[in-house]
Amino acid sequence: MREANKIRDFDWTLLLLVLSICSMGIIEIYSATRANALAGMHWKQFWWVVIGLACMLVVSRIDYHTILDQAPLLYLVGLAGLVLVLAIGERRFGHKSWIAIGGYTLQVSELVKLIIIVVLARFYSEVRTDRLSLLDLGKAGLLTGLPVGLILLQPDLGTTIMIVPIAAVGAFLVGIQWKHAVAFLLIGALLLPVGWSLLKPYQKERIHTFLRPEENPRGAGYQTQQAKIAVGSGGFWGKGIGKGSQNQLGFVPVRWSDFILAALAEEMGFVGVLVTLLLYMFLLRRLVQNAQWAKDRSGMHIVMGVAAVLGVHVFVNVGMMIGYVPVTGIPLPLMSYGGSSTLFVFMALGLVMNVRMKRFVN
Amino acid sequence: MSYWIGNDQKLPQARLSVAQYVIAGITLFLLIGFWKLQIIQSDYYAQLAERNSIRSIPIIAPRGRMLDREGRVLVDNYPSFSVLLLREDAKLLTQNLPVVAEGLGVPLEEIQQQVDASKNIPKFQPILIKPEATPADIAFIESHRADLPLLELLMVHRRRYPRDGFMAHAIGYVGEVSEKQIEASGGKLRPGDFAGKSGLERQYNETLMGSDGLRRVIVNSVGKEVGRLEHTEATPGKPIKLTIDYDLQVVAEAAMAGQKGAVVAVDPRTGEVLAMTSHPAPDPNAFAVRISREEWKRLNEDEDRPLLNRVIQAQLAPGSVFKVVMSTAMLESKLIPEDFSVYCPGYADFYGRMFKCHVFGKGGHGQVELHKAVVQSCDVFFYNVGKRLGIDRISYYAYQLGLGRRTGIDLPGEENGLVPSEEWKKRVFKQPWYAGETISVAVGQGATVTTPLQLARTVGGIALGGVFKQPHLLLEAKNVKEEDFPISENTTEKVTQAMFGVVNEGGTAAASRLEGIEFCGKTGTAQLISGEGLKKAGKQRRFTDNAWFVGYAPRRNPEIVVAVLVEHGVHGSTAAAPVARDIIKAYYDKKGAREKKQFTVDYRRYDLGAQPDVAQAPVAGKPETDAAVQREAGHHP
Repeated sequence: MREANKIRDFDWTLLLLVLSICSMGIIEIYSATRANALAGMHWKQFWWVVIGLACMLVVSRIDYHTILDQAPLLYLVGLAGLVLVLAIGERRFGHKSWIAIGGYTLQVSELVKLIIIVVLARFYSEVRTDRLSLLDLGKAGLLTGLPVGLILLQPDLGTTIMIVPIAAVGAFLVGIQWKHAVAFLLIGALLLPVGWSLLKPYQKERIHTFLRPEENPRGAGYQTQQAKIAVGSGGFWGKGIGKGSQNQLGFVPVRWSDFILAALAEEMGFVGVLVTLLLYMFLLRRLVQNAQWAKDRSGMHIVMGVAAVLGVHVFVNVGMMIGYVPVTGIPLPLMSYGGSSTLFVFMALGLVMNVRMKRFVN
Repeated sequence: MSYWIGNDQKLPQARLSVAQYVIAGITLFLLIGFWKLQIIQSDYYAQLAERNSIRSIPIIAPRGRMLDREGRVLVDNYPSFSVLLLREDAKLLTQNLPVVAEGLGVPLEEIQQQVDASKNIPKFQPILIKPEATPADIAFIESHRADLPLLELLMVHRRRYPRDGFMAHAIGYVGEVSEKQIEASGGKLRPGDFAGKSGLERQYNETLMGSDGLRRVIVNSVGKEVGRLEHTEATPGKPIKLTIDYDLQVVAEAAMAGQKGAVVAVDPRTGEVLAMTSHPAPDPNAFAVRISREEWKRLNEDEDRPLLNRVIQAQLAPGSVFKVVMSTAMLESKLIPEDFSVYCPGYADFYGRMFKCHVFGKGGHGQVELHKAVVQSCDVFFYNVGKRLGIDRISYYAYQLGLGRRTGIDLPGEENGLVPSEEWKKRVFKQPWYAGETISVAVGQGATVTTPLQLARTVGGIALGGVFKQPHLLLEAKNVKEEDFPISENTTEKVTQAMFGVVNEGGTAAASRLEGIEFCGKTGTAQLISGEGLKKAGKQRRFTDNAWFVGYAPRRNPEIVVAVLVEHGVHGSTAAAPVARDIIKAYYDKKGAREKKQFTVDYRRYDLGAQPDVAQAPVAGKPETDAAVQREAGHHP
């Protein structure tokens, strides 16, 4: 009886949305890489999705309360992992965030995202008022700030940006006081110049380029410009799969990964973009719905943490394609090629399934 | 289980609903962004995408070759690479210009200047920044295709001219078109194109140029060609066959080596120019690529004026050669009896001033009539003739016989020369004509100036009885103009007999006599300043007399007429006549050999210049040829 409930409670709608997005991703990875040395990459991605589904299933079967119980331990493991990466990690794409495990390289910060979701869910659910005190806000900030600081040292600005919203969304749900929110924003604004001075030259250039993209088209602005050309030239119906010149001739940077949506927009046009964005919107709304139906606050916090991370990923990445957001090296969840990020998303979704399936259990 | 699991607080449903709206709102906002790009601006981006991946590369049409009258190649092409600078991206350009300059070994200022100079040319048209790419340049460009997408290589055909300025002035040279030429061409010429700048290259540019083809190719993001869209072959320029006889040209060049002056050989019956040379001559191979500003300045400021085509641009006093015109005028006007004679004591007085004969100080010519006056080149006789004819009559005949106006040769930049008249002096100097000036004009001095080509046409035309053909260099020239100024049989006979005497009856050019050939002609020695002035100047070379000789053969209805100018050659008889003699001898040797099938002129000694390697810029002055030219020149000291 209990098992039957579980299968019935599995979120089939969510799964359908996820698999639709993954399919579009695999098709576009195929199109973007078919004509060069990377050909066959879509099969790899297919297997990552399969493994991801398995992970999701596993994570969904462990009671999330059990996971929450181990939050302090997980937190320490996460911090240790980040320190380890700084010590022995491999440098890729300008930052030290990869660690080799048995022939595969793993991006530790992806795992850390999951851990932070769990840790903050536990922290926020322990706050029993509807008004978040300054002290608790400070604690949440500290919990988040420690790993964020370590990731900044890698230095990986993109991942940092992905983590902060988890804390922010949680604070909002618990009931952050307006004055605190305003104060935090002000402090953030005041810290901006300090932060700017800590940035690496390439990061400064990216932000500079974002503000004035036409100034250095061959540098960082080149990527934005080429992505916009790909998107714009796609028109309403697109040029057809495998027929986008920007994509096929390699003008779109890392078109199988971070810029996959630009490649898709060129070949499938506005129609393809519309379908993709609606799928993501339904996915995110479905996540929030699961949060709304959660059995308790800790479950809600977990689901909303996942929704926050995925939402920011999707919106920042999509914004990059049309020049609304600076180039930050953030993949599009479920579509971009990449083992670590795919596994992370599926494990995160596993947590969501987990919460959903507990909603009628007492 | 810990205490917190039992948290039964209600979920903040209102805040979760806010999240739902935020998600929908952001999605809508992003979709609007895509709508703007993909629907509203899609044409603009489609264009950018096309410009990214489609590159138009011109296929340069090879210029037509220049052949001599027997089809021997005078001017040819060789393949080479030009470096083009793409300027679509202004920021990228300014940032990387120093790298480009260093990579190509071109001074930054020079490139910058070229970029500035092309401001008015559409940005999508690349400009030529280095015409002759070295292998190192090609390697530099190929290896930086991805990170320096500013440079492009273009296969071109470069002109290969004969070395050492062989026939340089007649051939001319090509150069990069100026902005003015581009505007004037009505879209036919683009920046970096080459077009004729002088000589035949300019005259027949339209024929020689052909039209470029176009290749539209697909390139990937690192500039590698991955596909082909369109291919229009270039239409090569048409070759032109010249009237020049390479064998005679070789003799003319050799004879003039190391001298300053000009030689032109014309067939007066047709107007065909058989040989044409002007010395000193620049090596046009040095301009065929790109001439440096210093070199150009040097050529322009050189006081020997190597860029001047003396055959059509040297305007100098003809000296005694003018006596041919005077003799014709005297006999045709019938104002003076045919047997008119004067006594020459070596000088004569007119209007209270003494005019010397060229034999002044060595006695005189004694009693002189027309024939002897021409043969011995007696000035005193022609002073008297001039005085009797008067300036306007001299001027009329000189003009009718082809002086003081262009011959109409198919070369740009021909000069008019000048035949003075009373009207001319009044118009230009606002002064009356002085009778004493007529005396100077009568012996080809004073204001009278002619070009070598004019003299060749005039003397040839007189020997033909008054038929003056338009000289030309294009063998298949259509509509060759002919001017007729009928000269009576008697006059023609007497004047040609006199010119025959100059060479064959112990006249001023007796040393140049040719056995078995009716070689006729007239020497000239033209003063640049007066005899007293010359003494004061201390016999500096630049003030010494110019030597002239206009010779032809045979005496009546000549086949070839040769005008020779040797600047500062002092005497027409010693400096100029032997040059004409050699050419005329070569002409007859060849004519005879054609019948006997053998050649006396070994033209193989003057090869048309080594074939320069693509990577190696043509170098002027190959020692072997220099030696050969000097050896040949040594034959005629």
